[in-house]
Amino acid sequence: MIRDTTIGAKLWITAIWVVVGFFVLNLVAMIATVILSSFGTRWLGTWVPAGLTTRWYFSAWSEFQLYDVLVVTFQIAFTVVALSGLLGVTAAYALARRDFPGKKLVMLLFLLPLLVPPITFGIPLATVLYQAGVGGTFWGVVLANLVPTVPFVILVMIPFIEQIDPKIEAAARVFGANTFKLFLHVLLPMLVPGILAALLLVLVRTVGMFELTFLTAGPTSQTLVVALYYSVFASGVRAVQSIDAMAVIYMITTLVWLLIALRFVNPTQIVARAKQQPAST
Amino acid sequence: MSSLEHTPPASLRQRLALKGLDGVTLLVVPAALFTLAIFVYPFLYGLLLSFEPKEGGIFANYQHFFSDPFLYNTIATTLWLAVPVTIISLILALPIAFRVRLMTRQRLLTTILVLPVTLGTVLVAEGLLNYLGPQGWFSRTLMLFGIIDSPVKLTNNYWGVFASLIITGFPFTFLLTLSYVSGIDPALEQAAAVHGARAWQRFRHVFLPLLIPGLAIAFLLSFVQAFAVFPSAILLGAPAGPTRVISIAAYQAAFEQYDYSMASAIAMIMAAVQLVIVVAILFVRNLFYRGSTAGGKG
Repeated sequence: MIRDTTIGAKLWITAIWVVVGFFVLNLVAMIATVILSSFGTRWLGTWVPAGLTTRWYFSAWSEFQLYDVLVVTFQIAFTVVALSGLLGVTAAYALARRDFPGKKLVMLLFLLPLLVPPITFGIPLATVLYQAGVGGTFWGVVLANLVPTVPFVILVMIPFIEQIDPKIEAAARVFGANTFKLFLHVLLPMLVPGILAALLLVLVRTVGMFELTFLTAGPTSQTLVVALYYSVFASGVRAVQSIDAMAVIYMITTLVWLLIALRFVNPTQIVARAKQQPAST
Repeated sequence: MSSLEHTPPASLRQRLALKGLDGVTLLVVPAALFTLAIFVYPFLYGLLLSFEPKEGGIFANYQHFFSDPFLYNTIATTLWLAVPVTIISLILALPIAFRVRLMTRQRLLTTILVLPVTLGTVLVAEGLLNYLGPQGWFSRTLMLFGIIDSPVKLTNNYWGVFASLIITGFPFTFLLTLSYVSGIDPALEQAAAVHGARAWQRFRHVFLPLLIPGLAIAFLLSFVQAFAVFPSAILLGAPAGPTRVISIAAYQAAFEQYDYSMASAIAMIMAAVQLVIVVAILFVRNLFYRGSTAGGKG
């Protein structure tokens, strides 16, 4: 490795770490404020709350009907995970193994929903869903959330499938396995780590997906993040600590899955999902 | 391939299989049909709907948008947030990615940085309302050090939205940049160093040309994300004035005035502005070097 030992270089390195430290410090302090406030009794004009209590969690739980909201959130999230896994993995297999005319066009079709921000396509999508009668229902929210997650699974899975030797599949074919058996007994066991990683990330994204759920959800199909938005939007109606308690519950539901997902993937992969793009253009 | 020419005429099935079309290829059909039905169709439907306004000619929505300052100013407002945030994120991300690339244990830092991306804009807005508020730790710390006398106003205005975009946008840009920077073979830098190039020269003449395509993509993705700012502009900003971004205008048209035609028109304008920036950046990118970032002979 190359070492820079001039004073200028050392100052430069120090400056970089100061910036990183400042950012991380603010980030951690922001999260800490929420957590501390949710446990505080009264917090006005001081550095820390006057006392600690857990009662805001009980009041948030009943005020915001968090039990119902959590049930809906996970019903939606797991339905999205199952459907995007089914649609995404099969399509990824075809795209990883076959070269066919128009493949680039199909890849573009799957890249676009990831590149266009949800709020841009969410408004026409919500219009169509409301006209079809599924807007505001459970299935409306599921359909809207599938738009970015199906392509996401496809793009994550293609490299995973490509690295499996096609000879293994050829061998299975020789022994008389049809496509379905091949999938179930040969490919699926080898793809489990990749599928698990992709689906956990889909879960994290669906729990945290605000825009699409917000635009398509009705009163009975709100997920936790949308409920959190409404309570912050109407802040003043409820105690701040109560909203903070809800925010902490939201953080926990998201971070648990994130931490599990991070056992299988590198953090950069969560963001660099569109990395395939430079290669194809 | 040449031996196939001597075999008797192949069946349609075989000929299709030669082109890569067989049972396995058909597996792509469900996902492709789904994306067409639920992404492409609504988009085209929205485009057509935007030309069928509640009243007036086919372009009435667009004429209305570009004649009403309350509407067309949202483009400038959004750009005024998204462009500085993207540029600052990228300028910060690049040198930091260069340092972090040399670290052997980057996992902790990248995990911390992926938190705001995962938690999402609503939670960040909620947290910043506390943290940056007049009674929050940020103002308190600045007052403790005597930098300011009274709390700075950082919420319910431009700076609140700016801060929330940096908190979610910078880690996104950074992780993206890091993945590009790590993709460059370190041997290239060593070769340059052997030939006596200093740090700045190595960056300017070795790394930068190789990084331009990646940085362009990082800029685009970060910009598009920032341009679509929505919940934090409402919760942390002043949605009636200085941070009335274009997505708020589209949302209000759809869900407050129930004018889906106008809402679609605004969504199309939003997409068009993004497209213009994307095409411009890609055009600039194509003027630079494109090729392998791996070292080695050849």
